[in-house]
Amino acid sequence: FFQYCLSGHPTLPCNVLKFKSTTIMLDCGLDMTSTLNFLPLPLVQSPRLSKLPGWVLKDGSTFLDKELKECSGHVFVDSVPEFCLPETELLDLSTVDVILISNYHCMMALPYITEYTGFTGTVYATEPTVQIGRLLMEELVNSIERVPKAQSASMWKNKEVQRLLPAPLKDAVEVSMWRKCYTMPEVNAALSKIQLVGYSQKIELFGAVQVTPLSSGYALGSSNWIIQSHYEKVSYVSGSSLLTTHPQPMDQASLKNSDVLILTGLTQIPTANPDGMVGEFCSNLAMTVRNGGNVLVPCYPSGVIYDLLECLYQYIDSAGLSNVPFYFISPVANSSLEFSQIFAEWLCHNKQTKVYLPEPPFPHAELIQTNKLKHYPSIHGEFSNDFKQPCVVFTGHPSLRFGDVVHFMELWGKSSLNTVIFTEPDFSYLDALAPYQPLAMKCVYCPIDTRLNFIQVSKLLKEVQPLHVVCPEQYTQPPPTQSHRTDLMIDCQPPPMSYRRAEVLTLPYKRRYEKIEIMPELADSLVPLEIKPGISLATVSAVLHTKDNKHVLQLPPKPPQPTAGKKRKRVSDEVPECKPLKPLLSGSIPVDQFVQTLEKHGFSDVKVEDTAKGHIVLLQEAETLIQIEEDSTHIICDNDEPLRVKLRDLVLKFLQKF
Amino acid sequence: MPEIKVTPLGAGQDVGRSCILVSIAGKNVMLDCGMHMGYNDDRRFPDFSYITQNGRLTDFLDCVIISHFHLDHCGALPYFSEMVGYDGPIYMTHPTKAICPILLEDYRKITVDKKGEINFFTSQMIKDCMKKVVAVHLHQTVQVDEELEIKAYYAGHVLGAAMFQIKVGCESVVYTGDYNMTPDRHLGAAWIDKCRPDLLITESTYATTIRDSKRCRERDFLKKVHETVERGGKVLIPVFALGRAQELCILLETFWERMNLKAPIYFSTGLTEKANHYYKLFITWTNQKIRKTFVQRNMFEFKHIKAFDRAFADNPGPMVVFATPGMLHAGQSLQIFKKWAGNEKNMVIMPGYCVQGTVGHKILSGQRKLEMEGRQILEVKMQVEYMSFSAHADAKGIMQLIRQAEPRNVLLVHGEAKKMEFLKQKIEQEFHVSCFMPANGETTTIFTNPSIPVDISLGLLKRETALGLLPDVRKPQLMHGTLMMKDNSFRLVSPEQALKELGLAEHQLRFTCRVHIQDPRKEHETVLRVYNHLKGQVLKDYSVQHLPDGSITVESILIQATAHSEDQGTKVLLVSWTYQDEDLGSYLTALLKKGLPPSTS
Repeated sequence: FFQYCLSGHPTLPCNVLKFKSTTIMLDCGLDMTSTLNFLPLPLVQSPRLSKLPGWVLKDGSTFLDKELKECSGHVFVDSVPEFCLPETELLDLSTVDVILISNYHCMMALPYITEYTGFTGTVYATEPTVQIGRLLMEELVNSIERVPKAQSASMWKNKEVQRLLPAPLKDAVEVSMWRKCYTMPEVNAALSKIQLVGYSQKIELFGAVQVTPLSSGYALGSSNWIIQSHYEKVSYVSGSSLLTTHPQPMDQASLKNSDVLILTGLTQIPTANPDGMVGEFCSNLAMTVRNGGNVLVPCYPSGVIYDLLECLYQYIDSAGLSNVPFYFISPVANSSLEFSQIFAEWLCHNKQTKVYLPEPPFPHAELIQTNKLKHYPSIHGEFSNDFKQPCVVFTGHPSLRFGDVVHFMELWGKSSLNTVIFTEPDFSYLDALAPYQPLAMKCVYCPIDTRLNFIQVSKLLKEVQPLHVVCPEQYTQPPPTQSHRTDLMIDCQPPPMSYRRAEVLTLPYKRRYEKIEIMPELADSLVPLEIKPGISLATVSAVLHTKDNKHVLQLPPKPPQPTAGKKRKRVSDEVPECKPLKPLLSGSIPVDQFVQTLEKHGFSDVKVEDTAKGHIVLLQEAETLIQIEEDSTHIICDNDEPLRVKLRDLVLKFLQKF
Repeated sequence: MPEIKVTPLGAGQDVGRSCILVSIAGKNVMLDCGMHMGYNDDRRFPDFSYITQNGRLTDFLDCVIISHFHLDHCGALPYFSEMVGYDGPIYMTHPTKAICPILLEDYRKITVDKKGEINFFTSQMIKDCMKKVVAVHLHQTVQVDEELEIKAYYAGHVLGAAMFQIKVGCESVVYTGDYNMTPDRHLGAAWIDKCRPDLLITESTYATTIRDSKRCRERDFLKKVHETVERGGKVLIPVFALGRAQELCILLETFWERMNLKAPIYFSTGLTEKANHYYKLFITWTNQKIRKTFVQRNMFEFKHIKAFDRAFADNPGPMVVFATPGMLHAGQSLQIFKKWAGNEKNMVIMPGYCVQGTVGHKILSGQRKLEMEGRQILEVKMQVEYMSFSAHADAKGIMQLIRQAEPRNVLLVHGEAKKMEFLKQKIEQEFHVSCFMPANGETTTIFTNPSIPVDISLGLLKRETALGLLPDVRKPQLMHGTLMMKDNSFRLVSPEQALKELGLAEHQLRFTCRVHIQDPRKEHETVLRVYNHLKGQVLKDYSVQHLPDGSITVESILIQATAHSEDQGTKVLLVSWTYQDEDLGSYLTALLKKGLPPSTS
């Protein structure tokens, strides 16, 4: 059992598990924090961004001035933004049999894996994961492709050159693994390899392993996975939540009795309480709008936005915001809002009951109907006619490097009346804002991360009691900025095994048993004997068949009957073929009873002599001697086969067979 | 021998009142709980007293499974759970759970409010009954208890219809409910994996029908509707509110749009709008095309189809009306039928199966003079057309499902005896499996022969598989182990481990045989001759060794030579082996007794 760790990002994991001759990839997250090193892609010509000075080395050399630009006191790469891929060299990814996806955020690297590594296996994911994952990818591809960039910078990635650059570029890791965004045909090809699964569905892999997705409570269709054979169970926990938001609650009970529990995707903001953050979000939003300012919410097109819209639905009337327009701008805004309403089976109980009425499960349907919420594919077209200020805009991308959000940052950044509220926890908001500085607009940081915090984790671990915990190394020490907070790490016994990018772990597990099926005919032929109270034994001699990793025991074939009248075969033909199948023996032989038995069977000259360890029974006439000790019997006789066989069978009567 | 018992309380050689009891490995499961459209007396519900005379149903039944929301599959559920009394779990899919109570309420209204029956289940009972329902996902393995598990498969037929696998240990039964093997305009085709159940219980509504292509049927239907409307006639299409109604609405809607027709289309029940809502919210249960395009265009928002008002029936001019219920046995469809039946310009199209005893069944079997309530005779002059749009599998589809699932036995329900008989023969011929068709109240017993799963210690298995790698596969390797049975756990371990675990010592049984050989040579020469003899050809496949101390081993059998105390010309070979080598030891002594071949040296 090995675990290959292809990603070091704790919430965007990518691990490969070798489990009982199957190779299983767990998630393929795409680390997009690399894009923070790039200049934003403006949708409309931006005089500011197009006139940035090229970066000049200390010694005055200018060979990088096309690739790197100075902006707001930082150096950025002026190129199509790139993402950091999972490790592709640690093992041959064409050997991966299956990929298990736990939620739509953790599948963003899928096209890179399925289209470029020779992967020929199957991907398993739930229907909402696939549909919403597709929307996220579509949005990503769309927002990058609609701003074509002539050049793609590569010179700066040279190790010798990178060394000379200012931070953070100098310290950027794995730059050789950074890649441009995939295209829609690649997305479609990747998604076509997915097989849809439902919660608690048992999926057999090659007859050897069974995998099962379980509800993880974090997002629509999000799942944890059980990977098990008959005797070993690995639980893969990724992005789980115990809070009551819109998804079906987390299934904790099924994680019990795991030999190994791989724990990833905990909250990235362990110190912030999501409920409090939502409150702060609402009050900041209301305050800004009341003062005549606009609110910008950089966000993904699915997920927390549903919860925010639901909060606002309850909040806007009481806060006097009924006349303020809410805009949701994304190429997939409409699809996301529509899709959210059709996954009743994946929602929490309250929302499910609404569907039975039948009513749409999310109240944003009503917000749209009453024209309070409007959605547009982009800032161009219809939106520009409808656009009224002050307003609230939800749009992506949360990195502020591409998507419609770039336009609103440029548009609203200079007024202190406006506010940008960060709710997505994936990017450091200060880094995201860097190329827009200096800013007059207010910046509020309300990260909402509903994933498990360390208190919930320790409760969970106590509850499900795994034998071993495996987690990213970040979870085994306090956060680097809060080294005194020893409560912000995983605490369990035995201590967790930690991993980092490009490491291979040997999972601490030893198998001792395997499942085998005894065919009914064989079962009928077995003769169980009660050896001790409650314990019965039967010796089994059978033929083993193994096919598709399943083992079956069958009755041995009957020896062919010698044809009558045929001449006796030559001795050499009768060399015993099969391995001897005599059982082991146990027990001891009471001499007195043995002698009685001998006499009963016609031996009249039996003599018994005592020895140090037992007895010797002599059959004088037959010149035969039987040494009997506690744990052994030795029959020494002339080559008189019928006699020997008779004695053997008499001895066996006193012994138990195994 | 383990057995599975099946008793239909309804739908045994009949259509309607589906209710089938299954006993499998000590578990009792009730499949469907339907009502019969052809009866208004006690016979409309299954006879639950069959299950238990005086005990509680909850004690006897481990669970109830409802395949889909049609009343002939769930219509008796509130009666069963609230009036007879059952508190155990009831499983159905999410759409079924959503829609079932609405149809039940509708049924209750017609029976109690319109027909004035008393002692029927109430609205509150429907609600209480639905509280006992557990919704299941497709393909989810639901653990009913520690041994019993069920799993739903997509069945097509209507929104949320499912087939169910019921499994205890290695034994399993699949119940199809109603299913459709061809995708239609709004639903996908039924699908099941090769799950090889011991028994497949399948519906057989169209056991003898092989339907022509769906396209032809649709063209035919549209042509007939179009012609009638063109000549100013009225078309009545009796349907159930959910199911075929949506399918035919989509069909007419697209046709009206394409042909730019103006004649009004109405849908008669207040349920429609609500029904369409369900289709929108459960769009994941429809076919792929609708699912793919629903964001751009929702197929269940109709432009040409309007809500019907009772007064419209008397309007002059052509119109098309979808009215419930589908078999013309009550309600609005029957009222409109009575109004329009006398005019030969009009047409009624029966798009689905009609149960015996219903007006629908009567006119389809050619009756043109119907005796209505109050001895009134209704003469049917309007054209009567039958067009099979019910989403049931036809004979071909049933065979296809059997091929997919590979059951060991098949049992037919939900069909007519004569047709079943024909299909039964066909199934037995083609698949060489037994096929049963019990009548209501008749029990079919199927013997299963499950293999027994045990835990084998990895050490033993590895030892055996290593041996199993020998090239000669014709000689099967025998494995030897000890099966330890304690409580309910079965473990197969090596005999050594069994002894060790029980704290017992091995008792070694050893034999030493003296074999006399005529050979005047020295002992060590005799030994050499013996060695060459054995090594030569006789024991090619065995490891024969000549040890430095002058002894010979064949595998673990030891052979030593000594001089005879009295006779110099005789040597005594001591052959010694343990009981485990009994066969080889015995063989060797016999071989040596025959003497050695003449020395070649």
